[in-house]
Amino acid sequence: MPSASSQFNTDATRMVADLEHRQMVQQSLSGYQKTRSSNANRFQDWESARSRAATIKDEAIRHLDRYLVQFEEKLVARGAKVFWANDATEARAYILDLARAKQAKVIVKSKTMVSEEIHLNEALEKAGFKVVESDLGEFIVQLRHEPPYHIVFPAMHLTRGQISDLFQQKLAAEPTSDPEALTMTARKALRQEYIAADIGITGANFAVAETGMISITENEGNARLTSSLPKTHVVLLGIEKIVPRLADLALFLPMLATAGTGQQLTCYNSLVGGPRSAEEIDGPEDMHVVLLDNSRTRLLADAEQRDTLRCIRCGACLNVCPIFRNVGGHAYGTTYQGPIGSVITPHLRGLQSWQHLSQASSLCGACTETCPVKIDLHHHLLQNRRNAVAEKGSPFQQLGFRAFAFVVNRPRLFGFAIRIMKFLAPLQRLFNATPGDPVWPWTKSRELPSFARKSFRDLWKERTS
Amino acid sequence: MNARDSILARIREALRGGSDSHGSGHSVAEADLSHRSPADAGEADTAESEAEPVVGSTGVRRFLPNVPDDFAGQVALFAERSESLKTEFLRCADEAAASAQLKLLADREGWESIALPADSEIRTLLTDLSIPKLEVSRSTAKTDLEKVSAGITGCDALIAQTGSVLLTAKSGGGRAMSVLPVHHVVIATSSQLLADLPGAFELMEQKYAPNFPSFMTFITGPSRTGDIERVLVLGAHGPRKLTVILLGGEGTTSRAWNQPPVT
Repeated sequence: MPSASSQFNTDATRMVADLEHRQMVQQSLSGYQKTRSSNANRFQDWESARSRAATIKDEAIRHLDRYLVQFEEKLVARGAKVFWANDATEARAYILDLARAKQAKVIVKSKTMVSEEIHLNEALEKAGFKVVESDLGEFIVQLRHEPPYHIVFPAMHLTRGQISDLFQQKLAAEPTSDPEALTMTARKALRQEYIAADIGITGANFAVAETGMISITENEGNARLTSSLPKTHVVLLGIEKIVPRLADLALFLPMLATAGTGQQLTCYNSLVGGPRSAEEIDGPEDMHVVLLDNSRTRLLADAEQRDTLRCIRCGACLNVCPIFRNVGGHAYGTTYQGPIGSVITPHLRGLQSWQHLSQASSLCGACTETCPVKIDLHHHLLQNRRNAVAEKGSPFQQLGFRAFAFVVNRPRLFGFAIRIMKFLAPLQRLFNATPGDPVWPWTKSRELPSFARKSFRDLWKERTS
Repeated sequence: MNARDSILARIREALRGGSDSHGSGHSVAEADLSHRSPADAGEADTAESEAEPVVGSTGVRRFLPNVPDDFAGQVALFAERSESLKTEFLRCADEAAASAQLKLLADREGWESIALPADSEIRTLLTDLSIPKLEVSRSTAKTDLEKVSAGITGCDALIAQTGSVLLTAKSGGGRAMSVLPVHHVVIATSSQLLADLPGAFELMEQKYAPNFPSFMTFITGPSRTGDIERVLVLGAHGPRKLTVILLGGEGTTSRAWNQPPVT
């Protein structure tokens, strides 16, 4: 198997050349940007809202131990069970054992990136359970045996034609080019699954410590159905989802919607605080909450990048990222794509294998600027580069930089070097953009700028003399 | 050590240490990558201190979208939000008008049956309807609920700021009735109209704390998706239609439709 880095190079190179794909992604995202900015403008003070959201998340993170325990206590008091998982293996094992104990056949799921992170579907399917993704985008990519393309818009890369073909093939649906007809096909197929399902698995957007509730943000109603109809409700969430107080959601819900999809508020924002209580008409008999670490405490231990735990997974940094917009979500090869994925994946899955994502950045800072919780994303990309070199630098690279430093620190030598380069430049032109070119890694996909006739140093000399 | 203890121990260790996990002699200062713009140096730039006061979410109202102070302005805002969300928003002066409105809705939509919470006073608004009425209780089958033409519920509040309906397992006749049928009709009274989201959370706490319903939701328009080419489609999995009927005008004292009568 090729390394993650060379796979990324191959995939990214292929995607960048796919103009149709790029056009489609740009078009989807331009609509998002319009509605997003008009809704951010409805806020009386979006910038202060960002600062406050960051402050509240920081408070949660600084007292994470206390808030997690409080969250657990409240939930347990209402009859829910809370399971703590060190890693993906423990979380999967717990859910598998539960599904077996419940003698489940069908498991319906609403969108949760943490389940992608721990590869839950594969594990459940291998054990013989039928697993149905209910979010429309997730349902589509599940039928295609593909990972989600984007943490918020999983099927953003597909055209209605491709989806129609897929439904024709897998669901025996009539071909159509109408997104509504396609949506209704999925609605019909999934209705029966909700009713038949023994277990519903959801994620959580927030975990309220004060009252022991999870908050789920969605538009389709699939998470509501998933958490209402099956007898058992399983919630899978990372330990960083904590917010201290219920009232904090008055800020976070509209911010998540605005940053995530450009809506003022998404269609359903639901709080679940336990299984059905004695006097209630319906709801699950059992609620199990799985709290997952899976290297999040490693991020916490890194004081420099701890702020990444503020992330509310809105996907805004993906939407504005020039790299994401050109290479697309699948090229990353990670659960979390875009700038946030490039920053945290090295912590979750190993710095040396994943630091290449931090190189794939123009450091333009658009991600940092858009982040609703003010994560310092583009500086973290730089820090990852620095850390990767500090941990295991390439001797060749080190030598190169030492030579470069030696030359540029000596003005005369530098001037001489420039003259030599200028002299050699016509020779390079002979091989320009061919494999024989000494700067082929650059010229194979870019123009090599030519030397100015007069250098800055020459101009400066003329000016001062 | 079990997973709970080891996770908590790691958290405490991480918070105590606060060191750079890659801190193999390469300090932050050396590469100066941790600089922040002066704009960020305010609230977000919190120091590692236990003593600093908790700001929490007090005062967030002034960051959120503006809402008029008066009832008429809030109704107008709710109507405007409903329009853009594709919620049908209807106002009725009194219960007789609401009854007539529901009859009109039933005819227009061709309702064949409806669901309402068992023992709910909503029943009194539906006397003109001669279609089967499913009173939802613990014994109601999901498959029956799925088949009704509309689910009619009360609510806890309407929120002018966002055009939302706040509904709980208590006010909504459980969890499923407001999401499974294809049309959801909400009966609200004018005293339930709130200005904004912070107000809705205040209400939640006043009304229920510490015994919150196991399920509470903010419903903001009918179910929707944009997952196919970002084209808006209503009725993805939940109701394709949402109708909100607001009973009474400013200062009207009317009964709440969200609670079953005391038995």
